[in-house]
Amino acid sequence: MQTAQVFSFHGGIHPEENKTQSLQLPLGKPSLPKELILPLSQHIGQASVPLVAIGDQVLKGAPIAANNGLLSSHLHAPTSGTITAIESRPIAHPSGLSDLCIVLQPDGKETWTELKPLPNWQQLDATEVISHLADMGIVGMGGAGFPTQVKLQGAHKKPLSHFIINAAECEPYITSDDTLIREKTRELVLGIELFQHLVQAEQVTIGIEDNKPTAIAALNKTLTECNSKIQLVVVPTKYPSGGERQLIQLLTGQEVPSGQYPADIGILCQNVGTCVAGYEAVYLGKPLISRITTLTGKALNAPQNVDVLLGTPVAHLLAYADLQEKQLNRLIIGGPMMGYTLDSAAVPIVKTTNCILAANKKELPAPAPEQACIRCGMCEQACPASLLPQQLLWFSKSQELEKAEHYNLFDCIECGACSYVCPSSIPLVQYYRHTKSSIRDAREAAVKSDLAKQRFEARKARQDAEAAEKEAKRLARQQASASKAVQTKKTAPATKTTEKSALNASNSEAAPQINDTTKKLKVDVAIGKSKLKKLQKQLVEAQEDERLEDISALQLHVSEQEKALVELETELAKAVKANPTKKPSDTPDNSVEKAKAPANDALKKAKIDAAIAKAAVKKVEKALKKAEELQAPEVDAIRQQLADAKKRADELEKVLDNPSPSTPPTEQKPAVSAAQLDLASQVKKEKIAVALAKAKINKLNKRLASSPEDAETVSKDIEAAQQQLVQAESLLATLIESQHNSQETS
Amino acid sequence: MFTVLLAIGILVVLSLIFGGILGYAKVRFHVEGDPIVDQIDALLPQTQCGQCGHPGCRPYAEAISNGEAINHCPPGGQATIQALADLLDVEAIPLDGDHGTETAQRVAVIREDECIGCTKCIQACPVDAILGAAKQMHTVIADECTGCDLCVEPCPVDCIDMVDVGITAKNWSWDKPQGVAAQSLNIIATDRSTEVSQ
Repeated sequence: MQTAQVFSFHGGIHPEENKTQSLQLPLGKPSLPKELILPLSQHIGQASVPLVAIGDQVLKGAPIAANNGLLSSHLHAPTSGTITAIESRPIAHPSGLSDLCIVLQPDGKETWTELKPLPNWQQLDATEVISHLADMGIVGMGGAGFPTQVKLQGAHKKPLSHFIINAAECEPYITSDDTLIREKTRELVLGIELFQHLVQAEQVTIGIEDNKPTAIAALNKTLTECNSKIQLVVVPTKYPSGGERQLIQLLTGQEVPSGQYPADIGILCQNVGTCVAGYEAVYLGKPLISRITTLTGKALNAPQNVDVLLGTPVAHLLAYADLQEKQLNRLIIGGPMMGYTLDSAAVPIVKTTNCILAANKKELPAPAPEQACIRCGMCEQACPASLLPQQLLWFSKSQELEKAEHYNLFDCIECGACSYVCPSSIPLVQYYRHTKSSIRDAREAAVKSDLAKQRFEARKARQDAEAAEKEAKRLARQQASASKAVQTKKTAPATKTTEKSALNASNSEAAPQINDTTKKLKVDVAIGKSKLKKLQKQLVEAQEDERLEDISALQLHVSEQEKALVELETELAKAVKANPTKKPSDTPDNSVEKAKAPANDALKKAKIDAAIAKAAVKKVEKALKKAEELQAPEVDAIRQQLADAKKRADELEKVLDNPSPSTPPTEQKPAVSAAQLDLASQVKKEKIAVALAKAKINKLNKRLASSPEDAETVSKDIEAAQQQLVQAESLLATLIESQHNSQETS
Repeated sequence: MFTVLLAIGILVVLSLIFGGILGYAKVRFHVEGDPIVDQIDALLPQTQCGQCGHPGCRPYAEAISNGEAINHCPPGGQATIQALADLLDVEAIPLDGDHGTETAQRVAVIREDECIGCTKCIQACPVDAILGAAKQMHTVIADECTGCDLCVEPCPVDCIDMVDVGITAKNWSWDKPQGVAAQSLNIIATDRSTEVSQ
């Protein structure tokens, strides 16, 4: 083994290590807890999707949740047992919030599922091995839980110069990696070689802090035994040399540029835990279902490292390490620098839990109150990312997000060195975390508002296009009708709009054209009337607006139009008189047929009315039932209505049974038919009124059924509507009667 | 006398040259539209809710550029008012309560078994975030919903609820520290240990 050059990084601190406490006892193996709680999101990225249902029996190592998208991971049953719940449980998260978890009740048998190792991995394609690692649910075990398959694939975008194995474990109290190296040295070396085979880096280096002499010795021994090319580099103890970027700088002297990943400069970094998990997945076919976690802190009588199944509740482990409840002041997951306080000991161990720190009051006193910044600059001296913590503090305090970003806030690794050295006890990291999330929120909001804007504008464009299309269609129709009018004008030059030419035409044209002329005249009269109306309206408007010059002009127009209209009407009367006998005799058959048609129509209408009335009866019956169920006071009213509706239905059926006795007479006088038409239209109007009233009653009834609270007002409304209905119906009845009479008489 | 004339002559020539440059620049770098409206529009939350009294965010942006008050946007809240004040260099004023109050981010949710498929909410949605057809059940695309409320009113069967977007482990964020507390101003750093041990 050759000695390698060790570089240095800016800043860093030397907090009390407190690592020996948890190394006194050998690696512990806690018993099976009553239940294992497996959060679906134990890694960075999208949460996994459950593959099991409540009540399912699973074997140890069987997949229970699959990855959901690119940046996600699989999850396996840590032991054999029954799935008892898939529900929201508190998870290890600084917020203390709950998230979806699969709850597994162990059966105690620890029956393994069939293991599928990859004995011939050296012959296989790298992609196949990587997808096997993904299937085994391997994620980065250093802290972030980045899915390993994604990291390994990302390493392919540039030829790798360095493959660095992170064994620094710089944070105080934590000894899980140290224990792992001691316990599984051989597995670690084989795992590293496996990964090296996959990524083909020029140089493989293990970076380890000099405070782990036993682990260093064990590694040295195994590396020489295996005759391995892996280089072991011992770095001086300094927090945070275990940070990915810091370790890279220590070992290679290269800095990962801001906003980029190590892979961008041809470096891959993996935690020792991940390498061992990779070894177990490929050599033994074991998925990631357990990990080594440090249990430490002065509130524990037996601090130690334990090999623990994922999903084991923290409380179970604390009991195993003999917790003194009275001593416990703060329960921290992770180390004292970067960890966070747990609200509940019910949270489970996940793939990234490396330490549980049960501290007493003396060990981790409550943070001192924040004081004003004295601009001593110690935070800048300590910052391992070479940032300007003071500046960032100002920007965070005043929420100047853009400036904070400009000062590379996102390069902050939240190591806590600045807060540690701050003489004013300013919780700097918390400020940065808050600001980071504010910036992320703002970015998300910007993306969302952009999307909303886009969708709004697309919708508007669509609506405008629709409106334009409608307008175009309308114009086309108008033009078509206008051109038709022109054509008819051409074919019948006699029919001109002015009454003079009409007069001439009626005088000069022959008899067959007289009919046309009268028609034309009638149209002219109608047009004249509408023109007059328009002009009158304009006049009224002008009078309202007091536009004097318009008023006089309009008055002139109106009087002219009136004159023209009168002339037209007299002309029409003349034209009709000129051929009084022709019109009816021209189309006698037609008139008979026309008369027949309304009768048929009336029959049809009566049938429809009867059907509607029946439906109404049914509806009211339904409403009555509902009302009775609700014991509403308006039952009587509804019953009354039901009776009414039935009566009406009966009436209508009667009318249907003896269909209109008015067989059309052979000859009809136009005057009589006009009167009948008038009557018919009135009947129609009345019928519509009746239908409207009924609809109103129906609506009110519905409301009554849905909201019995305001029954009084609604039933009043119903009564009023019923009165209206009765009136309309009586009017309708008289109208129908008179219609019948007139038909009979004619 | 000559010097005076010379000076005037030089100034006239200079003014002609610069005038020419300015005239050219005006034509060459002419900006279509009103850029300030775009800038204001970019700051508005684009919920298109109409609470400001304008049919959408852009019309309100235009109104602001024409002098309307900047505090008529409840969905944007105080943050938007602050941003607008910074942009327009005016004083940030509190939100106008007449136009509504600032609420948490919400999304519309249709109680689907009650929906009668009338499509009224679809027509009301300014961002086409409701999916459905006549006499078919409708549903809200939660990711596209801006929480503007406009679909609630037209629903004839009142089956649309506005639901707060809850805080989950994914969107949770750290609290801002309390800052320098009043009582801590009275102590000096070396007092800290005694303060803590109490």
